[in-house]
Amino acid sequence: MNPFSAIADFSTFFFKSIFISWQLNKSKGRIFNQIYYVGIGSLPIIIIIATFVGLVSTIQTSYQLIGAVPRYIVGSSVGRMVMIELGPILTALMISGRCASSMAAEIGTMRVTEQLDALETMAINPYRFLNLPRIVGTFVALPILTVIAEFVALICGAAYAHKFLNIPFNVFNYGLTHFFVTRDFFGGLVKSLFFSIVIAASGCYFGFRVKGGAREVGKAATYAVVTSSILILVLDFLVALVIFG
Amino acid sequence: MIEIKNLSKRFDSLVVLDNVSFEVPEASLVVILGPSGTGKTILLKSIIGLSSVDQGEVVFDGISVQNASKKEIYEIRKNIGFVFQSTALFDSMNVRENIGLPLYEHTTLSSKVIKEKVSKILAIVGMSGKERLYPQSLSGGMKRLIAIGRAFALDPKYIFYDEPTTGLDPVMRDKVVQLIIDLKKNYRKSGIVVTHDLDTAKAVGDEIYMLKKGKIGKLKSIGKEGYG
Repeated sequence: MNPFSAIADFSTFFFKSIFISWQLNKSKGRIFNQIYYVGIGSLPIIIIIATFVGLVSTIQTSYQLIGAVPRYIVGSSVGRMVMIELGPILTALMISGRCASSMAAEIGTMRVTEQLDALETMAINPYRFLNLPRIVGTFVALPILTVIAEFVALICGAAYAHKFLNIPFNVFNYGLTHFFVTRDFFGGLVKSLFFSIVIAASGCYFGFRVKGGAREVGKAATYAVVTSSILILVLDFLVALVIFG
Repeated sequence: MIEIKNLSKRFDSLVVLDNVSFEVPEASLVVILGPSGTGKTILLKSIIGLSSVDQGEVVFDGISVQNASKKEIYEIRKNIGFVFQSTALFDSMNVRENIGLPLYEHTTLSSKVIKEKVSKILAIVGMSGKERLYPQSLSGGMKRLIAIGRAFALDPKYIFYDEPTTGLDPVMRDKVVQLIIDLKKNYRKSGIVVTHDLDTAKAVGDEIYMLKKGKIGKLKSIGKEGYG
C-alpha cells in the first residue's frame, strides 16, 4: 500500500470509528473500562517515568545554566521544558508502548478467532463496540496522565534542586510561576489530545487489519507502536509549529 | 423463508460456489453436507452477508441481502443466530456476559431481567450454573452449547450452525444434536446446518443438500454414496 492510500485508509477507519451512532448508554461501561485501563493502569509507570524526567531535566538545566544566569531560571526552564515537551511526549510514547500494542493484539486476536465476525452476526457494529470506547477512553485519560506526569516531574525536579543544587523551593517556584505562560500548559495538553487519538486509532486499526494467525497479531502490535510513535513525533512538530512557532 | 438464488463465488481460478440455489422453508432445518474445504462455511457467511459474492442473491423474508443497506442487514441479522465452528465466544467475557450481550445491545431490558433470561437459556442448553465461568475454562462441547445459547438469546427466527458437532465426543455430539432438534421442535427455529458428519445430517436435517466442487444438489437419501 502506498503512503497516500495508507493515510486515506487510516483516516477512513478513524472516521468510521467516530462518526457512528455513539449509543452512549450502551457504550459508557466500556468507555469507563478503557479510561481505567489506560489511565489508572498506566499511572505507576507514568509516575516512575515522570520522576526521572524531572530529575534529569533539572540536572541538565543546572549543568548548562548555573553560573551564567540567576538560579530561579532553572525552575523556569525545567517548567517550560516539562510542560511544553517532555511531559506530553514521554507520556504519549509510554502509553503508545503499553496501550496501542495491547489494543492491536486484543482486537487482532478477536479477528483471528472470529469474534469480530460474531459481533457482525449479532448486528453489533464492531467499530462502535471496540474502537469508540478505546478512542474516547484514551482521549480522556491521556491528558489527565500528562498533567499528573508534569506535576510529578516538577515536584521531583524542585526537590532535587533544593537538596543537591542549593536552589530553595521558593526560588525554584519563583522561576516556575513568574515566567509561567498559560499557552505553555495548554499547548502541551493540546498535543496530548492529538497524541491520544493516534495511539488509540493505531492500536485499533492494526488490530482490525490482522489476517492470519498469532504471527500477524504480533506484527500488528509492533506496527501499532511504531506507527503511533512516529505519528506522535510528527504531530508534536506540527502542533508546536502552530502553537509555539 | 430464506431463498438462496444462484450464488456464485470464486477465489481467482478456484470456484467455491457455482450457481448455488436452495430454499429454507419455515420451521425446518436444511443441512448442507460436504467434505471439508468445499466452501460450506463461505456459503453460510455469504448468506448472512459476512462474505461478499460475485453474483446471486439471498432473500430473507422478502428482503434481499445484496440490495439492503447496512442498517437493513443489521435488522435481518437480529433474526438470525449464528453458531461458529470455533464458537467465537468472547474470551474477555464470562458465560453470562456472552449470552447476555445481544440482549443488552438490542433490547431495553434491565440487567436483572437479562440475568434471568440468561439463566433460562442456560437451562435450555443444559449449562445451568455456569454463568460465571470464562470460555477458557470450558471444554469444547460446553463452548458449543454456550455458543448455541448465545445464538438463541434474541429469540431469532433462524439459527445457522457451522459444523456444530465437529471435534466432539459421541456423548457431547448427541447432546448438541438433541439441542438442535429441540430448538426446532419446541421453539420453531428454522435454519441451516453445515456439516461433514453424516450422522448429524441424518439426525437434524429436514432437507439435505450436498455441496461439492461449488455445485449443490439435493439428496434423497444418505448412504456411503453421499460423498461419491
